Amino acid sequence: MDTAVQARPRGGTGHAVRAVGLVVAIGVLVLVFVLSLWVGSRDIPFASTWHVLLHNDGSTEAVIIHDLRVPRGLMGLLVGGALGLAGALMQALTRNPLADPGLLGVEMGAATAVVVAIAFTGVSTVTGYIWFAFAGAAAASVLVYVLGSSGRSAATPERLVLAGAAITAVLVAFVSAVLVLDTQAFNSFRFWDVGALAGRKMDAVAQVAPFILVGVALALGLARSLNVLALGDQTGKALGANLGRTRALGALAVTLLCGAATAAAGPIAFIGLTIPHVARMIAGSDQRWVLPYSLVLAPILLIGSDVVGRVVIAPAELQVGIVTAFLGAPVFIALCRRRKLAQL
Amino acid sequence: MSAPARERAAVRGRVVRTAHVSFRVAERAVVVCLALLAVVVGVGLVTLTTGDFELTVPEVVKALLGQGDGASDFIVLTLRLPRLVTGLLVGAALAVSGAILQSLSGNPLASPDIIGFVQGSATGAILVIVLADGSMVQIGAGAVVGGVATSAVVYVLAFKQGVQGFRLILIGIGVSFVMLSLNKYLITRASLSDAIAAQAWQVGGLNGRGWEHAQVVGAAAAVLLPLALYFGRRLALMEMGDSTAKGLGVDSERTRLALIAISVGLAAVATAAAGPVSFLALAAPQLARRLTGSSGAGLVPAALMGALLLTAGDLAVQRLFSPAQLPVGIATGALGGLYLIWLLAHEWRRGVAR
Repeated sequence: MDTAVQARPRGGTGHAVRAVGLVVAIGVLVLVFVLSLWVGSRDIPFASTWHVLLHNDGSTEAVIIHDLRVPRGLMGLLVGGALGLAGALMQALTRNPLADPGLLGVEMGAATAVVVAIAFTGVSTVTGYIWFAFAGAAAASVLVYVLGSSGRSAATPERLVLAGAAITAVLVAFVSAVLVLDTQAFNSFRFWDVGALAGRKMDAVAQVAPFILVGVALALGLARSLNVLALGDQTGKALGANLGRTRALGALAVTLLCGAATAAAGPIAFIGLTIPHVARMIAGSDQRWVLPYSLVLAPILLIGSDVVGRVVIAPAELQVGIVTAFLGAPVFIALCRRRKLAQL
Repeated sequence: MSAPARERAAVRGRVVRTAHVSFRVAERAVVVCLALLAVVVGVGLVTLTTGDFELTVPEVVKALLGQGDGASDFIVLTLRLPRLVTGLLVGAALAVSGAILQSLSGNPLASPDIIGFVQGSATGAILVIVLADGSMVQIGAGAVVGGVATSAVVYVLAFKQGVQGFRLILIGIGVSFVMLSLNKYLITRASLSDAIAAQAWQVGGLNGRGWEHAQVVGAAAAVLLPLALYFGRRLALMEMGDSTAKGLGVDSERTRLALIAISVGLAAVATAAAGPVSFLALAAPQLARRLTGSSGAGLVPAALMGALLLTAGDLAVQRLFSPAQLPVGIATGALGGLYLIWLLAHEWRRGVAR
């Protein structure tokens, strides 16, 4: 693959330009968030949306906005940001542009735990799945990391990638076997598996928010070390970087972010893999910019898709996991064709 | 692979020189291939002899030669052999397909799904299942149409003064996700029984496969596998990058298109016959590569490894879980995954960094 020729980080883009771009992106995110409070299956005029948002007067509109749309929007913000950031982190850690946060086994671990919860414990509510999913995600990623680093030196990218693929395959086999044999479990699982934000209340937001916020802080703190990591193991070591520590902390952050996001909304695969590429197309390959851009761009796509999902087949809803790919892929493909592809 | 390892690979093996030709024989690869072949034959024999109705090896051989009695003839030639042959061919086809794509993209994560094939074929098959309630042959046809159409769309979208490998992969991912979402949507909208059928198809299975499947895959493999081996010789040159390959006399654009077409063709017939046994295409080339210790694509060992994984997996689901008819994809994932885990852990304890 001759990416080296195609993809030099563009030198012309200064810090100021990238900062302005980031501010614009945040502005768009705020707009999309407000839009998600306003648009829904029940028509509420914009002015009264604003009014009841500030003054909770107990009316039906106020209940809809405070109990349904605000938590859902916040959940979109958290989940989207977490997935985008986890994706950027994972691609930087493994130096593999095909890496998505699911690669550490996080998503499949969560799915396995949810299947176990459905099939063997009788848990059947979305909020009931959260702790199962989170435990599964953590267990799977620890397993992948231990297998990936069970050599003389610390975990190298390719080991992690292959270890993740291997453990994911075993978990997939287990999940498929359970689902083939237990059709009732499959019936519940297929609705979790699409990925959705509908029905997430404030208590679910409070459940996952601490994990995601810690993960975000951890990830953003790693940006400099990740830049050194991008120079390769030898150079990185020569420059005094602690590769093992960076990888371990990075893996921890990915687990927190992606585990919490998957637990909250189900597997939404598209965002983690593609948003970091868009971020690199805009901001070059400097992780100090790629990570914040991913953090802001991802929830724009996720909340925007959620709004579209409520409108297109109203009064029914299309799950956000489905809309995300349909909305995001054409933009992503157009960008791939237009721009020079930024290397890792 | 690191530079010292590549140097080691360059001097490994024995060079045969005659007056007109000279070529290198990688001894370890030959040994590994022979060993794999022996294990495949062993698995095949166990598959043919055991089951609800036990047969001895001489009885099976007689039946294969057309001299068996009625019962053993029926069991071997109608029930067990076509399924075994389909499994061998599908396994080999998927493994070669994956090996080609991993080599072309220089990425161990590459398999037919990076160019949209797997998800596209699943969309085709699920549409046939959900909308038309089709037969097994129709589902297979739907899968081929869906897969080939999706791959063609990916190739066309990625074409911009030639296809650059990295752009092809990224666009393949984008399109794959669209198809994946569509599949999940169709599964949530379908009736439960249709959804179960679609889910089972997506895991990949060999239950009830007969000669009609074996013939189709066999015919396609007879054409495509030699072509893959012929073009596969250029893969080692392509791995050095487009400009180096061009300097060494390889028309890289045309070779890449040919190899992608072969890879898609192999994945298409395999998927039509057995569904997307997706992990196979990823794991078999990696396992083969680690056993032979070679750096190249190694299509022959990959094919043998694929055939072995699929037939051994099918044997396991048939014998361990009977009478439940589990799809073979489950066993392939578990078997291939566990083996890969063991191999990786073993390799790393020795401190072989790769």
